[in-house]
Amino acid sequence: MDDLSGFDVLVVGGGNAGLAAALSAREGGAKVLLLESAPQWFRAGNSRHTRDLRCMHDAPTKVMSGAYTEDEFYKDVLSVTQGKTNEHLARMTIRASTECTEWMGSYGVRFQKALGGTLQLGRTNAFFLGGGKAMMNAYYDAAYRVGVRVVYNAEVVALRVVDGEFQSLTALIDGKSTTVVATAVVVSSGGFESNLEWLKEAWGPMADNFLIRGTPYNKGKVLKCLLDLGMESISDAREGHMVAIDGRSPKFDGGIVTRLDCVSLGIVVNNKGERFYDEGEDFWPKRYAIWGRLVAEQPDQVGYCFIDSKAMGKFMPTLFPPFKAETIGELAQALKLPAEQVVETIKAYNDAVQPGTFDHETLDDCKTTGLKPAKTHWALKIDQPPFYAYPLRPGITFTYLGLMVNDRATVLMKGGTRSKNIFAAGEIMAGNVLGMGYAAGIGVTIGTVFGRIAGREAAMQALNPQAASLATPEVAIHAVR
Amino acid sequence: MLSAELLEEGQHLMAVCNSCRYCEGFCAVWQSMETRTVFEEKDLNYLSNLCHNCSECYYSCQYSPPHEFAINPPKTFAKLRVYTYELYAWPGPMAKAFHRNGLKVTLLTVLILVAVMTSASFLLGGQLFMTVHDGNFYKIVPHSVMSIAFAVVGSFSALALLIGFLRFWRNVGESYSTLASPGALATTAKDIFTLVNLDNGGDGCSYPQENSSESLKWFHHATFYGFLSCLIATTLGAFDYFALGQHGPPAFTSLPVIFGTVGGVGLIVGPIGLWIMMQRRNEEIVDKSQNGMDLSFIVLLVAISITGLLLLVLRQSAAMGSLVLIHLSFVMTLFLTMPYGRFVHGIYRSGALLKWSLERSRQAKSKASA
Repeated sequence: MDDLSGFDVLVVGGGNAGLAAALSAREGGAKVLLLESAPQWFRAGNSRHTRDLRCMHDAPTKVMSGAYTEDEFYKDVLSVTQGKTNEHLARMTIRASTECTEWMGSYGVRFQKALGGTLQLGRTNAFFLGGGKAMMNAYYDAAYRVGVRVVYNAEVVALRVVDGEFQSLTALIDGKSTTVVATAVVVSSGGFESNLEWLKEAWGPMADNFLIRGTPYNKGKVLKCLLDLGMESISDAREGHMVAIDGRSPKFDGGIVTRLDCVSLGIVVNNKGERFYDEGEDFWPKRYAIWGRLVAEQPDQVGYCFIDSKAMGKFMPTLFPPFKAETIGELAQALKLPAEQVVETIKAYNDAVQPGTFDHETLDDCKTTGLKPAKTHWALKIDQPPFYAYPLRPGITFTYLGLMVNDRATVLMKGGTRSKNIFAAGEIMAGNVLGMGYAAGIGVTIGTVFGRIAGREAAMQALNPQAASLATPEVAIHAVR
Repeated sequence: MLSAELLEEGQHLMAVCNSCRYCEGFCAVWQSMETRTVFEEKDLNYLSNLCHNCSECYYSCQYSPPHEFAINPPKTFAKLRVYTYELYAWPGPMAKAFHRNGLKVTLLTVLILVAVMTSASFLLGGQLFMTVHDGNFYKIVPHSVMSIAFAVVGSFSALALLIGFLRFWRNVGESYSTLASPGALATTAKDIFTLVNLDNGGDGCSYPQENSSESLKWFHHATFYGFLSCLIATTLGAFDYFALGQHGPPAFTSLPVIFGTVGGVGLIVGPIGLWIMMQRRNEEIVDKSQNGMDLSFIVLLVAISITGLLLLVLRQSAAMGSLVLIHLSFVMTLFLTMPYGRFVHGIYRSGALLKWSLERSRQAKSKASA
């Protein structure tokens, strides 16, 4: 490894937030070094699995339809987090989100035309042409073009911080221990969802049965170092985004294709053959967000979704084909479930289903009576063979335990003092805005907004510390806007 | 028959892609895929020919190797395409030719033709190395001989290509009656003439390497329009001969010569550009077994153009006689190999585009009636 000294700003983690920070620091005139722990082909952390970002806009844009106002956006944040958010940071993020697509576009990121997108999010979200990896490819190309130095296979294992001031860090670069010094640092190295020991520490033995939907490189080592060094934490180790995914998915990196969304069209039983929650409670975003935890609470952290032929074709195609049989009993046997119990559960459910008019687009009137737990919408009898089933497991997308920051992306220390030259962006600080829950595309929004601020602030801190210390928070925001 | 292995590879590709769909903004393949849930051989045959090999999907893919899902759409589609070329080949036994049409076979064919024509010329008392001051190459190969020989070979090629196309059309689940759809034919012509699937709204594509480039589109345009221009030149030449009775060599300023020259330049620039890109392309996304087929097609096109242009310049010299024979041998070889080489991609890709256009209008209709 040749000389890695003389850089003003060091960015740790090369996902969306890291690249936004690196490019933004370059805009500020800083010499920038970016350390990415993955090899080049797997670079960009979970950003390579993303697809879109949520943006406020008052009128239709080239890439989004209609309008999505600050208040509506904030209401959505309040609703998914159930109030666990920092209103100042959330509103700042929302306002700054208006400029994201244009700024990303200036670095070559391409978007699908408005009205595109499979998930009917064309109004609130802008979709990357080709998805997150394409977006990151464009960012990396831009970074090379403007002279950001990028080093892959660089895993940061220790940081040296004195009185809240970053001095240097130790990274294993291609396995070799290397010390890197810089004037300011931006940490954008993600959460800890692929650190199995840490997950187990937070969740107990059930964590053994979790699948990690994203990158295997988010070990949270930088996060842990900084928390140990006295930085203030935000959110909780058990908070994050966990969804119920296909139980046959790989342990790591399965990404979007592991999604299963047939829960609302059938019923879900645990491995005792019993139902445990209202499958028809709510629409996709909420349903998606809660079912990971629901399955995690079941024995062995598994669930099985049973549907009949009426449901086929009404949900997104799945990577793995469903289990299939002519009778419920055979299907249960194929899944190694107690067949009698499953048959009985489905019979009880069928008997409780009331007549109604099925409409998957609304909270319809198809429901059960006298059943516990009830199915309150989209309840149709499971009676048309062949029958199908999918196994479910909890799949962690990302974690929210992170570093507390202010609106200049400065990391705060315990007691509220600001770190002098440590900034954070992306998943490592997303918990400041999202204390819990999730709204599609908001992770990329937080990463982009805070990445830009962190890069700008780090460059200012490195090149003009006096001005940086005088700048008010409002100036910091306006610098970005 | 499609090997079980390749069928499985194609179905795995579709299973991953159809549950991801991040590429839907790139090209027709993904939009067409999204209207399906089942992928049988016929669907793969159709979609692989709809693929224009721009490779943007590969670089954007979260699941490309070394990811365990190992998705490589351009390569899998390329392998499927060559399988379909064999499947539709007429006459059937010629399917094997797709693997035996490398440069050696092509050049051997040219040599044999030159030898046969030279011997025939001498046997018939032709004076091959005589200077023909008026540049009239019909004194070397009589017009009647040339027309009959090329009419026979040309008709055979055209028939083979037509049968191949009809086989494709039936195989992918269309009926002959749907061919008569003026609207869809117009859209398809536009897709072909603009290569819209190779050009994401002016953004180019990821060939030969990841960086966005429009070279593939422009070199293909040069080749395609060059070919078209030469076809026009030949047709105009025939018209001048038969309808206008101009039996001498056409003037330098005549339309056949102008079209032929422009076409010839296109057929030198285009194929050479494509060849240079072949040398630079990412080997990971290539089915290397098709290199021979590509190379021989390129060599034939370039050789025809160079000998043709030389013929124009040297038509009043002693070299004219041998040049005529060499040029005609290259052209004859192209005609002979057209139904069994890279040329057929144009036939099946056009067919796939036509089917895609029909599918879209059917969807629009069913949406409107719903």
